[in-house]
Formats: sequence, structure tokens, C-alpha cells
Amino acid sequence: MEKNVKKSDDSIVMRIVRNQMFIPLLALAVLFIFNLIADPSFFKIMATTNNAGNSVLTGNPITILDMGSELAILAIGMTLVTSASGGQDISVGAAVAIAGSVILRVLRGGSTVPVIFAFLLGCVVAALFGAFNGVLVAYFKIQPMIATLILYTAGRSIAAWINNNELPVIIDPKFTYYGGTIPGVPIPTPFFIAVICIIIIGLVLKFTNLRLYTQAVGVNENSSRLNGLNPAFIKVLSFVILGLCVAVVGLIKVSRLSTINYSVVAKDIEMDAILAVALGGNALSGGKFNMASSILGAYVIQFLTTTLYAFKVEAAALPAYKAVVVIVLVVISAPTVRDWFSSLSKKLKVKEVA
Amino acid sequence: MKDNAVLEMRNIHKSFPGVRALQGVDFTLRKGEVHALMGENGAGKSTLIKVLTGVYGKDEGNIFMDGIEGPVAIHSPQDAQKVGISTVYQEITLCPNLSVAENMFIGRTSGVGQNWKKMNKDTEKILRSLDIPATATQQLGTCSIAIQQMIAIARAVDMDCKVLILDEPTSSLDEQEVEKLFKLMRDLRSKGVGIVFVTHFLDQVYEICDRITVMRDGQLVGEYVIKDLPRVKLVSKMLGKEMDDMSDIKSEAKTYERKAGEVPVLEAENRVSDAGIKPFNFHIDKGEVNGFTGLLGSGRSECVRALFGADRITGGTIKMKGKSVKITKPLDAMKNGIAYLPEDRKGDGIVGDLSVRDNIILAQQVLKGFMKPFSKAEANKIADEYIKLLSIKTASADTPIKSLSGGNQQKCILARWLFTHPEYLILDEPTRGIDVGTKVDIQKLVLKLASEGMSVTFISSELDEMLRTCSRLVVMRDRKMVGELSGDDLNQSKVMSTIAGGDE
Repeated sequence: MEKNVKKSDDSIVMRIVRNQMFIPLLALAVLFIFNLIADPSFFKIMATTNNAGNSVLTGNPITILDMGSELAILAIGMTLVTSASGGQDISVGAAVAIAGSVILRVLRGGSTVPVIFAFLLGCVVAALFGAFNGVLVAYFKIQPMIATLILYTAGRSIAAWINNNELPVIIDPKFTYYGGTIPGVPIPTPFFIAVICIIIIGLVLKFTNLRLYTQAVGVNENSSRLNGLNPAFIKVLSFVILGLCVAVVGLIKVSRLSTINYSVVAKDIEMDAILAVALGGNALSGGKFNMASSILGAYVIQFLTTTLYAFKVEAAALPAYKAVVVIVLVVISAPTVRDWFSSLSKKLKVKEVA
Repeated sequence: MKDNAVLEMRNIHKSFPGVRALQGVDFTLRKGEVHALMGENGAGKSTLIKVLTGVYGKDEGNIFMDGIEGPVAIHSPQDAQKVGISTVYQEITLCPNLSVAENMFIGRTSGVGQNWKKMNKDTEKILRSLDIPATATQQLGTCSIAIQQMIAIARAVDMDCKVLILDEPTSSLDEQEVEKLFKLMRDLRSKGVGIVFVTHFLDQVYEICDRITVMRDGQLVGEYVIKDLPRVKLVSKMLGKEMDDMSDIKSEAKTYERKAGEVPVLEAENRVSDAGIKPFNFHIDKGEVNGFTGLLGSGRSECVRALFGADRITGGTIKMKGKSVKITKPLDAMKNGIAYLPEDRKGDGIVGDLSVRDNIILAQQVLKGFMKPFSKAEANKIADEYIKLLSIKTASADTPIKSLSGGNQQKCILARWLFTHPEYLILDEPTRGIDVGTKVDIQKLVLKLASEGMSVTFISSELDEMLRTCSRLVVMRDRKMVGELSGDDLNQSKVMSTIAGGDE
């Protein structure tokens, strides 16, 4: 009797463990419990008044929602690129600088051009750079990391060049809404922008074949081609979508300071975005993906970063801590370790039967 | 050891999980002969070579070499090289960015110092002695593939080899290059080297070889002196059909006759792709089952791939029901009602990680368009319908297709194409590597579909299967269409003599 209970228990546990959301949820729980024990004040949320005189919420959880949203938006595009091309785009941070610089160029000084126009132009430019990466990967068969290394290296110079190496500011106070808060709304706007992006990608995945096509190309390119798909085009498309995500983040980044610093804006953000995809349990070698899991992963990464900051870890030392997370993740998802685990569980089962 | 033998393999056994790849195979190679090793897919020739070269360990049996007392132990390619067995593979395994001399001596020098002058001089000497038109200091990558092939051979020979194995060395060479290679092989033969030659080209076997060993299904069929084994006999031995007991499986399919005034469903003229086939003409009528036959590597698959636009099309026209159409990529073919089940199920057919459902709807979904996905309910209904129709054994429609057995995977791919309701269905080796029950199911299905008006091309390496299902057979040899058989000509002996061709 006892054994039976245990068995059904096992299968439920196994089902949870096998779910792709398990890893990010587990990481979330670990971080949550860690903070709860180490310093419960981590979760304190305060209502304060900001410079513009609006009442806003502050505190670590709000920071996570705020900064994590940038990451979540990028994780959407990075997930698609990873799935279709089996590689990652490391030029995301530099591309954010370019998109931000384009928006800044249009809106600099007391310009009266509508923000939406500047944003759309940013989208077009970022999409073009995405297409450039995509073409290198899809048609010239260059490894994604190498192909995007070009823009990674040159991107920030291009961003500076767009504004003649000047650091202009945008005067319109309403422009600060996109990266800050809207009067009367205490929660940072980037969170709402992320929600809109998530809804859009959700609708696109539901009402088009983007998921099926991307996954098919990522799993088996030959077979996809023989089923009438154009694998190269789908890869380029995934890079273009990532470009659009980049433009959105560019808008947020420029809005936060009403200007950007080309050399440090969104620095190393590509690593966090890639980490979000990996933490979401998606294979970095491409194929099947789970979008919700990536997005959750993005917020968990930000949770980790904010936790490290709360414990006064220096910014320069952050990557070392994140590296530990990467190592654990990569090792857990390595085929050899998985084989080892499954053979271990089989052995345990055999023992149980015996 | 027998007189003059340089290598003897006795009673070699080798099993892989679920497969007995070699069952008591004997093989003898004599000094100064070119010995062809022949067999169709799964015959075991590549396993035998891998055992000989130490890539695989053997389960049972002994290998003897001339001049070595007792059986030799070969546990790695290095061991094989030490006893004097060298292999040159189809793909060049040298370094194209190094010089010819460096390639000749790579991995064979000891110590830190290197006498470059001596190395280059030695290389020149070897190249000259074998009449290879290359210089020692030339970068290997600048030589043609044939020369590279010859340098690989020269390297092998220079390492004091007594046995040289050439595994399909000619498949990427043109005729003149093959001629050069043969000259080198003849030179080596006269110097007493024993050469094992693996190839799919019958003409080449009869041009250069002294002896033939035929294998089938992991067993030795026999060893023959080339003069005693005419082509037809060789083909019949490879396919496992004796000419005598060809009291004939006759086609069960009705002989097809075109109705008056009807145009072919598909008509191709001078169609050619970059996959190395000669331009061919082809047509198929409504409700007809036709087949492509020929030995492995004869170009059967390349032909149907050219019809479907799967390889890069370099010429020729296609008419569908009398109307000229442009088919340069698979989507064009699909839009014109052509479906293609590829030969390589794993590499070209299934999308492994995706579910059975996604695999079944994929092609029709692509035809339907990016903006019009099947709803989850629709997709499930379709998948369940085909799972039932073809009795696909799967836990659910959600199961990843790669966890199904080969036969069931194949049925899913078949379901995928049936769901596009094609007018012309191409099945390239649909029955390879699947269980007998499923084979029969697929053959029955083909005949049923044809009786309902679908045109089908059915390719199989098993001649019986083709004779049973097809009413017309196109025969391929050495990448060329060499004949077309139907009606009374559709019997084993006629098919085999057409495949063999040449000096009958």
C-alpha cells in the first residue's frame, strides 16, 4: 500500500520536473527563499514621490519588474533566433545603442516630431541590422555568434556616429514616460510595455505558423525545405523580430535618461538575454522552444542581479556570480548528465521492483 | 595461408544491437591484384572494411597477414597501419592548407627537428615514381580532387602498405580523373600491392578488377574471378536472385494503357539537377504506378529529387497535365500536386523533436499559408484520423515522432503527404528498414491509391516489391536512364540484364 502511494507520488514529481517551466520556477523559488531568510526587507515596497512630483512605488521587487522587462522583451526575440538558427545574437546590446541613437537623433533638442515616428524609424533601422545578421547566418552560413560579432564590435561606434559623437538630450518631459512612470500610475512603464510585447508575440504565435515553422527549421532544416519551407528566410525573419525587440528596448533606454551613453548603454545585456533563454530550459542548439519559460527566465535573471546588488556585490564582480549560474545550467542540461540522471532513476526503479 | 595471399580474413562475425552485420565472412586478397568488394545496401561491406581497419572490433574470427606469424590483432586504425593496411576514403582526410610534402609526412616524423629539404626531396621522388603531376611544395588544396586522392594513396603506399583499401574513391571524379587513378592502381598492382576496391560503378569493376567478392545481408555470397562472372550474374548475386529460379514474380499490377485523348499527369523533358545525373525524360499517367530501379548509387533518387525540385535544378522542362510549369523548389512541386517521401527518413523526412501531429500536418500547413494555422482542435482531429487510417502505433498525437519505431515514423511521413491530397506521389524507399507487416501495408496502400486515380512512383531496393507493385520500370545505371520495361518485359531476368548492361 505504502509503495503504491509512493509510486503515484513519483510520477507527479516526475511530471513537474519534466515540465520546461520547472527550472526557472525552481530558480525563482530558491532566490525567493534565500532572500526571505537572509534579509526579508529585500521585499519591502515603498510609496515615494519622484522628481517630477508623481507618487511612485520603489523597492527591489519594483526594480525587478522594471529592469527585468527590458530583458523579457529581448528574450522574446532571442528565443526565436535560438530556435531557428541554433545560435545566439551577441550584438543585441550594440543594436540597442544604435536604435536608441536613431530615436535620440530624431527627438534631440526641442524637436516636435511625434515619438511614434522616431520609434518606427528606430524599428526600421534595428530590423535592417537584424536582417544583416540574419543574412550572414542564413545565406552565408556563418555561425551566429561569429556573424553577430561584427555588429557587436562596430555597433556602438555606429551609434555614436549617428549623433555625430554628441550626447544631446531630449527636452520634452513627456518623453520620460516610456522608461519612467506615467503620472498617476505608480508602476514603471517598461513593465506595461513588456506586457504589450508579450501579448503581441502571444497573438502572433497563436494566429500564425511562426512557432511551427521556426521549430521545424531549427530541428531539421533539410526536412523543412522538402516540406516547402524556406529555412533561410525563416532564420532571417527571426533576426528581424529580434531587431524589433531591440528597438523597443532602445526606446526605453533613451527615455530613462532622456539621452544615452553609446559605450555603456545596455552593456552585456545580450548575455542576460541569452541566459534567460537558457534558464527557460530552451536548448541553445535550437529546435523546440517555450516562450513563456524564456520570459519567466528573464525576470529570474533580473531577480538574481538585483539580489546580488542588494548584497552589495560590486557591479564588476556580478558576471562572476552569473557565471556560476551558467555553469550549473549548462551542466544540468548537458546530454551526458541527463543520461546519467535517467540511468540513475532507472537503477532506482529496478531496485524498488526488486 | 593460401599461395600468394597477402591478407586472409576467416569466419568474421560482428553484431550490433539488433543486427547481425557480419556472419562468418571469409575474404582473401592476393599479392598484385585489384579485388572488388560488391554488395547492396546492408550487405556488410563497410562493416567488413571497418573491422579490417580497426574502426570496429570483431566478435569472432581471425585476420592473417603475409609475413606475420599467427593471427594479427587490429584494435585501432594505427594497428592496421602498422601491419601494412592503409585506407583511402571517398572524402579526402588530408589537410588542404598544408603542402603536399607536409601531408605526405604528417604524423610520421619523430622528434622535434625536421629536415624540410629531405622531406621535400623524398616527396618529389615518390610523386615522380608514381607519376603524380604535383610538386612537393604545392599547397594540397590547389590540386584537383583526383590528384588529392592520388596523393592520399601515395601517402598510404609510402607507409609501406601491403594492402590498400579504396573506399569509393571514384564517386566524385570525372572520367579522365578516373582514368588517371586507374593508371596509378595498375602501377601499384604491378608492384605487388593488394588493392581492395569498393565502388558502385559496374563499368569500373569490369575495367580494372581481377577478382570480385560479393556479399549480401552480412554473408559471403562468393569469390569469383572476373572472367567467370558476367555482369548479369554479378547483379543477380548482389540482389540475391538466381537466374535459374526466375520462374518469375510477375507484376500483379495491371498493365497500364493510356486512355485515348488523355495527357500524362507529369511529363519531364531533359530534366537535370546538380546531383550528378545525366538529363532524362520521364512521364507518368493518371492512376499509374511506376518504379525506378538500379543498383545503389545509380541515380534513382536523384531523378525523383529532380522532379520534385529537391536538388538545384540545372535544366529541362516539366509539364503537368499538358501545361508547362516551373518547378525549381519543393514548394513549387507541392503547389502542383506533387508529394515526395524522401529516401533518408531521419535526415530528410521526420522533424524529430516535433510531435506526431505537427509532423503530419506540416506539408499541408505550409501549403495553406503562414497566416492560416490549423487550430489545435483541427490539427488533433486530422492527426487522429490518419493515426487510425494508417494504424500508426503511437502513445498519442503529442508524442515526439523520434520516439516511434522506424515503420511508424514512415507512416507519419506518408500521412503527411496523403493529407496534401497529391495527384502524383513519389515514394523513395518507403519500405527500407521497416518491419515486414508495415511493408505489406505500404504496398497495398500504393495499389489502392493508384486504383483511386493517384499516380505513384515507387522506389525500392527490393526487386520483388517493385515487380509486385509497378506496371512500368525505369532502369538506371551509372546515373543514366538506360531502359524502360513494361508488360511482358517486366520480369526479373530482363530487369537484371538491363541493370547490368554492357557485355552480355
